[in-house]
Amino acid sequence: MTGLARTPIDDVTLRLADTAAWLTTPLMPEDYLTLINPLWSSRELRGRVEAVHPETKDVASLVIRPGRSWSTHRAGQFIRVGVDIDGVRHWRTYSLSSAPERGDGRVTITVKSVPGGVVSTHLVHRTTPGTIVGLTRPEGGFVLPEPVPSRLLFVTAGSGITPVMAMLRSLARPGEMPDVIVLHSAPTREEVIFGPELRTLAGRFPHLLLHEQHTRSSGRLNLSQLPDLCPDWPERHVWACGPTGMLREAETYWREAGIADRLRMEHFRPAVTTSAAGGGGHVRFLVSGREADADGATPLLVVGENAGVLMPSGCRMGICYRCTGRLRSGRVRDLRTGREYGEEGELIQTCVSAADGNVEIEL
Amino acid sequence: MKTISEAEIEEFGRELDKIRDDVIASRGEDDARYIRRVIAVQRALEVSGRALLFASVLPPAWLAGTAALATAKILENMEIGHNVLHGQWDWMRDPAIHSSTWEWDLVSPARHWKYTHNYLHHKWTNVLGKDRDIGFVLLRLSPEQPWHPYYLGQPLYNAILAPFFEWGVALHDLEVERLRGGDKSWAEVFAQVREILRKAGRQAVKDYVAFPLLAGPLFLPVLIGNFTANMTRNVWAHTVIFCGHFPDEAATFTEEQVEGETRGEWYLRQLLGSCNLTGGSLFHIMAGNLSYQIEHHLFPDLPSNRYAEVAPRVRALCERFGLPYNTGSLLRQTARVWKRVFRLALPTPTPKSRAGCPTPALTQAA
Repeated sequence: MTGLARTPIDDVTLRLADTAAWLTTPLMPEDYLTLINPLWSSRELRGRVEAVHPETKDVASLVIRPGRSWSTHRAGQFIRVGVDIDGVRHWRTYSLSSAPERGDGRVTITVKSVPGGVVSTHLVHRTTPGTIVGLTRPEGGFVLPEPVPSRLLFVTAGSGITPVMAMLRSLARPGEMPDVIVLHSAPTREEVIFGPELRTLAGRFPHLLLHEQHTRSSGRLNLSQLPDLCPDWPERHVWACGPTGMLREAETYWREAGIADRLRMEHFRPAVTTSAAGGGGHVRFLVSGREADADGATPLLVVGENAGVLMPSGCRMGICYRCTGRLRSGRVRDLRTGREYGEEGELIQTCVSAADGNVEIEL
Repeated sequence: MKTISEAEIEEFGRELDKIRDDVIASRGEDDARYIRRVIAVQRALEVSGRALLFASVLPPAWLAGTAALATAKILENMEIGHNVLHGQWDWMRDPAIHSSTWEWDLVSPARHWKYTHNYLHHKWTNVLGKDRDIGFVLLRLSPEQPWHPYYLGQPLYNAILAPFFEWGVALHDLEVERLRGGDKSWAEVFAQVREILRKAGRQAVKDYVAFPLLAGPLFLPVLIGNFTANMTRNVWAHTVIFCGHFPDEAATFTEEQVEGETRGEWYLRQLLGSCNLTGGSLFHIMAGNLSYQIEHHLFPDLPSNRYAEVAPRVRALCERFGLPYNTGSLLRQTARVWKRVFRLALPTPTPKSRAGCPTPALTQAA
């Protein structure tokens, strides 16, 4: 609960729970109370899916009511969602697509089901209202500053629109809108996530300019078109979210213009190269006492999870450092770069590191 | 019993591996729902039991409350605690039902028990000098253990151990006998004792102070109800656990016999050292499925609700390889345990290789 002030009511609740724990030891009172309502848990933040709205044929928005210890997010932030599939809990990161000012105590995430994606497919096609999911509190620095700049530019592609949608919804709340340009790419008009809502917003606010790039018919958006689409681009604060290739291009473009500090980016997927795979080996998880054989292409995080270790995890793409574990022996390989690394005692990111030979890790 | 060759033992092991793989491949939502339901039922029973005890001005309420609480404590200890601590549910990746976070309603801290039970007992099952669960260091349950006049009193020790079994387990986990050889230091033992006292203290405050005080004028009936529930759980756990390894037909082994043991031989030893109990499905749940002791020892980390379905396959394998599959009713097996307790209280000649026990290299089951 970082940054949140504890209220006197919280203090009383805590003291009550401490006292009641004498009656429930070795369990906690909430181990009984959560059987009545799973959202009452204070140890584990949970949410109840209250509705699932299809957005396009493979995208759906899940309306979630978070439990007590939720803290209000800032538009653009992400959360981690834990969902039980075939009895096994899986965690994934999703941007919140609802505005923090929504006001009904509910939030939404918008998920695109990717081919072969166990979790995304489950969330989009097989999740029903009433499902309980694990949640983490919102985090991430891909947000609007206070005060909001007067001229903004959003460059998005595919499901990269989700955090930007939260920002647009938030910006639209007061009934007026700063000068905003949205350059969004999607394969077709039908596949534009939030297409109708974006178009409605653009119709309502004269200062909101929406450019849809339908890549199947018109090809990919080339940044050389930028001066035409948005002549004052160097003066705008930019938020970009989409596939790695697009972000890399944007980074280069703004860096070469000497205004890299105007560009904020949100990555969605790690850039893992299969050629980065190492040799694999036997992995010993020292704290949990588990062991497993790992190939050179599977992240140690996945190896541990499959071996039944309660692995700490986060973004699963090498940016949040929540999954780190201390290496006791052996070498690992960074699946993004292929670089072999790892000294004894070094904290390694298990979500993007695979075994390169036998490995011992303190997890 | 016919002789079993080394090749057959390995074939037996491969067949068991196949059973194990089948269960792992089919673990899923139904299993997850099962354990969550057992936990919910157990907690509801516990709450109802304690509520009924608060109404124990009426004697039937006292009886019902005590029975509900005892049942809840048995479930908590056996079908839930024991099996969760084995890591049987770790695959769900639910931190609330995980061997690394679970703590049970017993005086012994789960951490200590996981070492002596999961490691020492399950790895070294029925190996003399290694498996400290043979007679729990207190009793002589194998003729290979040298006799001493101390053992004359063992029927009495065992009768006292049963109702205080949770304390027996806590002290057992201390491994004080390792102090003599210098394998364990006094400092380690003291640290463990402190942990046990902290845990046991909270347990005692809950059952013998906090709830009785809350009941006000019903202080005594509640205290007696809680005490009775704890004792009932202890006697039940003691009975089921002793039936798992110490009826007369269960074999014991020496360290030389298990040296350089293969996977197939390990499986064989688990089979020969364990005994099942027969009964209905409710009985199996109340026994924490330790009534499928053979299956539990072959596959200690498979979810307990699946032992019933693999048991016929294991049994068929035993028939195919001409191996014994020890099983009997609770009554019959308990009688056999006590027979052994009484018989070995008296000096018996130490046999070189006992009948019912395989020959040294474990290559044949005599």
